[in-house]
Amino acid sequence: MALLELSDVSVHYGRIGALSGISLTVEEGEIVTLIGANGAGKTTTMRAISGIRPLSGGKITFDGEDITKLRADLRVVRGISQAPEGRGVFPGMTVLENLDMGAYARKDRKNLAEDFERVFTLFPRLGERKSQVGGTMSGGEQQMVAIGRALMARPRLLLLDEPSMGLAPQFIQQIFRIITEINQQGTTVLLVEQNAQQALSRAHRAYVLETGSISKTGTGPELLADPSVKEAYLGVA
Amino acid sequence: MNHVVTFLADGSDWINFDVGALRDQFWNDTIEGLSQGSIYALVALGYTLVYGVLRLINFAHSEVFIFGVFGAYFTFFGLGFRPGPTPELGAGELILYLALALIVAMLVSGATAVVVERVAYRPLRRRGAPPLVFLITAIGASFVLQQILFIWRGGNQERAIRLMRPQEVFTIFGASVTNLQIIIVLASIVLMLIANTFINRTRLGRGVRAVAQDPDTATLMGVNKERVIMLTFLIGGLLAGAAALFYLMKAPTGASYQGGFLLGIKAFTAAVLGGIGNLRGALLGGLILGIVENYGQSVFGGGWRDIVAFVLLVVVLMFRPTGILGESLGKARV
Ligand SMILES: Nc1ncnc2c1ncn2[C@@H]1O[C@H](COP(=O)(O)OP(=O)(O)OP(=O)(O)O)[C@@H](O)[C@H]1O
Ligand SMILES: [Mg+2]
Repeated sequence: MALLELSDVSVHYGRIGALSGISLTVEEGEIVTLIGANGAGKTTTMRAISGIRPLSGGKITFDGEDITKLRADLRVVRGISQAPEGRGVFPGMTVLENLDMGAYARKDRKNLAEDFERVFTLFPRLGERKSQVGGTMSGGEQQMVAIGRALMARPRLLLLDEPSMGLAPQFIQQIFRIITEINQQGTTVLLVEQNAQQALSRAHRAYVLETGSISKTGTGPELLADPSVKEAYLGVA
Repeated sequence: MNHVVTFLADGSDWINFDVGALRDQFWNDTIEGLSQGSIYALVALGYTLVYGVLRLINFAHSEVFIFGVFGAYFTFFGLGFRPGPTPELGAGELILYLALALIVAMLVSGATAVVVERVAYRPLRRRGAPPLVFLITAIGASFVLQQILFIWRGGNQERAIRLMRPQEVFTIFGASVTNLQIIIVLASIVLMLIANTFINRTRLGRGVRAVAQDPDTATLMGVNKERVIMLTFLIGGLLAGAAALFYLMKAPTGASYQGGFLLGIKAFTAAVLGGIGNLRGALLGGLILGIVENYGQSVFGGGWRDIVAFVLLVVVLMFRPTGILGESLGKARV
């Protein structure tokens, strides 16, 4: 049984359809990546999974339970957390407060020390800047806050929407290394990326989204070798 | 030495310019302004909290306040007090009755605020209504609440019920400071500190700040936005209820169904003056407004009191369009 399953999911913004009946699965322990051009519907998919965008059709199940109608904040309790596109760092909160927000929905809020420790080990930079306010941090640092914050929820499924956006090349390497590390520590990851090269080489499986529909799926290496994927997403003629 | 400049030909003082009166009255004006300003500040916090979270100016907040005034008034009434001479009460008794009226007023205002949110704003939010619709609804809700009071009590002002006579406790530069002023200022400060600590130091308060800064991301963290919104209205209402009791203790006359309007507008002015969305801005704005209003009254004459408040607002906004402290609730930190 898949940890996450989307069956025939559609989402509309007003009358305009952004997703027209997509189906995908994420198995426990996997890194699955969703690649696609601008406006393909990747962020919309993530918002639908987290519950901040209602479906106009289809069904989402998580851990065998239908969560299609479940309130967004309760999905976090179930174990789905997200580092959203654009990072969404709370500008007026310190690094510590931002991270603490990640654990907002947790019932065992007494023992967060371990989780803070884990985040500071993954991102030593955050440990040095605990009391800096989010709004004054650099883009890369904000990305670390966003990912670290999503980890504070101790999620079973971590959703990452373009974690490499706007980062310098050596930094992109580092972020992807950390994503693999998080996965190896036992967290299932659904990763949306523009950086298809990196994403496909890190992922177990991948889906290609094209204007609201899944056009291709396969293992990471399969898609890396696929000529049409190469042409469209890897900048190889 | 008084410089009274008279602008009307018949010599009646349409407007004064009496700097001497300000000099004579300076400390009296300041002290009285602080106690009046505390009331503005408590009400201003309600505007600021709701604005911070919803970007909505809750015009019905003035009626949330006036419901609290009636709540306090009828608590006095229910305790057996009637309009007329002020009774002689022992300190213990007085504190007990005032505490009771405070609790009732806070609960009445808090409940009113939550009901307004439920009945007027939540259905609009569900349907994704544009901001203008919220604004019209806010004004409508304000009228509905006023009319409820009118239908219940009629248009006449209730006759004042007093539990205590202001008595001088000590003097500052010759200006007397009364027990009433001390109670109002101290109680307001304590309540505002509690509200501030709640918003900045507790988990729920952090949820409120998160929704104010980025509602969608707050939801992704597991914050229940609807609950935060309700909580915000509740806190604003509770503070307005406390202000309501203090207002009733100070006001020369009793409660009236329209009594919230001017105070509400001034508290809103105070919130904008300090920087709307900013908790400390509401406090600062309220105190400054209370004090400057009194100075204005001394210099220009009684009729100019309310005008001074708005002239001050316009002048401050010309130089600092975001108000004196100018941050949003989101960014405000202790
Ligand atoms: N709030 C909105 N209102 C109307 N249309 C929207 C809204 N958000 C997204 N869309 C539209 O839905 C489609 C999918 O958008 P989405 O943000 O999911 O794309 P994306 O794949 O994440 O793109 P990008 O790579 O640029 O982030 C686009 O055509 C977009 O214009
Ligand atoms: Mg996107």
